[in-house]
Amino acid sequence: MPVKTVDNDPERARRFRELALPHLDDVYTFARYLLRDAGDAEDAVQECYLRALKHFDSYRGPAIKPWLFAILRNVCHAEYARRASAPGTGADELPEDAERTPMWHEAQETPEARLVKQHDAGTIRRLIAGLAEPFRETFVLREIENLSYREIADVAEVPVGTVMSRLARARAMLRSAWLAEQEPKK
Amino acid sequence: MTCDDAEILVHALIDGELDAGHAREVEAHLAGCARCTDATRDYREMRKAIAQGGLRYAAPPELRRRIEASLPQAEAPTRRAVLKGFAMGSAVSAIAASGLFAVLLRGDDEQRLQTAFVSAHLRSLQAGHLTDVVSTDQHTVKPWFNGRLDVSPPVIDLGPQGFTLVGGRLDYIDGRPVGAVIYRRRQHVINLFVAQGASSEPRAASMETLQGFNIRRWSDRGLDYWAISDLAKEELATFGEKFEAATRAAG
Repeated sequence: MPVKTVDNDPERARRFRELALPHLDDVYTFARYLLRDAGDAEDAVQECYLRALKHFDSYRGPAIKPWLFAILRNVCHAEYARRASAPGTGADELPEDAERTPMWHEAQETPEARLVKQHDAGTIRRLIAGLAEPFRETFVLREIENLSYREIADVAEVPVGTVMSRLARARAMLRSAWLAEQEPKK
Repeated sequence: MTCDDAEILVHALIDGELDAGHAREVEAHLAGCARCTDATRDYREMRKAIAQGGLRYAAPPELRRRIEASLPQAEAPTRRAVLKGFAMGSAVSAIAASGLFAVLLRGDDEQRLQTAFVSAHLRSLQAGHLTDVVSTDQHTVKPWFNGRLDVSPPVIDLGPQGFTLVGGRLDYIDGRPVGAVIYRRRQHVINLFVAQGASSEPRAASMETLQGFNIRRWSDRGLDYWAISDLAKEELATFGEKFEAATRAAG
């Protein structure tokens, strides 16, 4: 009996197309922030969609966006590993105790009277890119991709409590960087 | 509540993830703590700046094409599915029939564009993404597009016809800036996307369904229009007809 390969099932491909393709910009945006490189992001997104189609049968809904993000994240981690093993490239290193450092260290250095000012999109992107990986990931999923805490926890494979503390750290660090950015240049 | 607790929980408060009991506790702490209040105010300001946009990236068209190309048997089943959608519709009206014709002739580009417009519609429904300029006054919304687009989208008050003008937005579809005029009918949002047309030939309206959204597409006087909504086909058709009649009346 001939075995029908699932990848060539047109109905399945149609369903995948209709569900997954409208989120291409979302997935690409996440990849850009995770990898901080346009070319790498393109490669990762393409690989993500290939894997997603292959494993489409394991998708159970309801929201496909977090499911795609989780796949993309795995692809990106393979890319991190490649970068780390490549000589001369700066992998995204996170100090061992980064998650335990109390966040008020940053907040306390902030003079209270100043207000955060508007920055242009390019500056904000750069400030976000300056966050270490777990914080950047959580922050982007929340602020730019509009995921709920529960969805972020599923994508990042951590408890919701960790999402909350990472988000708090991310915003505190970003606030410091944001305020430092509006200091007059010396 | 201590500052240490508040420093975590204010974020859940800002994000609307906190239950009412904890929200009251955090607010009580903020009322008595200037430092946490200042931080919270900054977080809200930063959040607003980030929501104002420009931080998302659009996938390069070449990447979209590569992914499309990697999907098996891209076109045939999709067309069949659209046809099936029509056959199952409550009434195959004259508009739907002309839409059928357009579907059969439509190329890959058209299909890719439709997917892009549905994505843009979905994006616009996320919190804080619907409008760049909020106004029910057509004389406020129309000038807002000046200098932001290479075309001037007609902005028409359809309030008397039951479609409330909500505002305007600038979107990027397929790497091009596209104007979006937003209307509301009851709780339904209509995004009317307007872009420069490929030709000045008028094109009769067609109606299609993608991912549960109805799309009415037409061209007039060198402008291409896509109206997208979760409204029923009949109501979206009415919207398009009223809009077209009003642009003609306006000269």
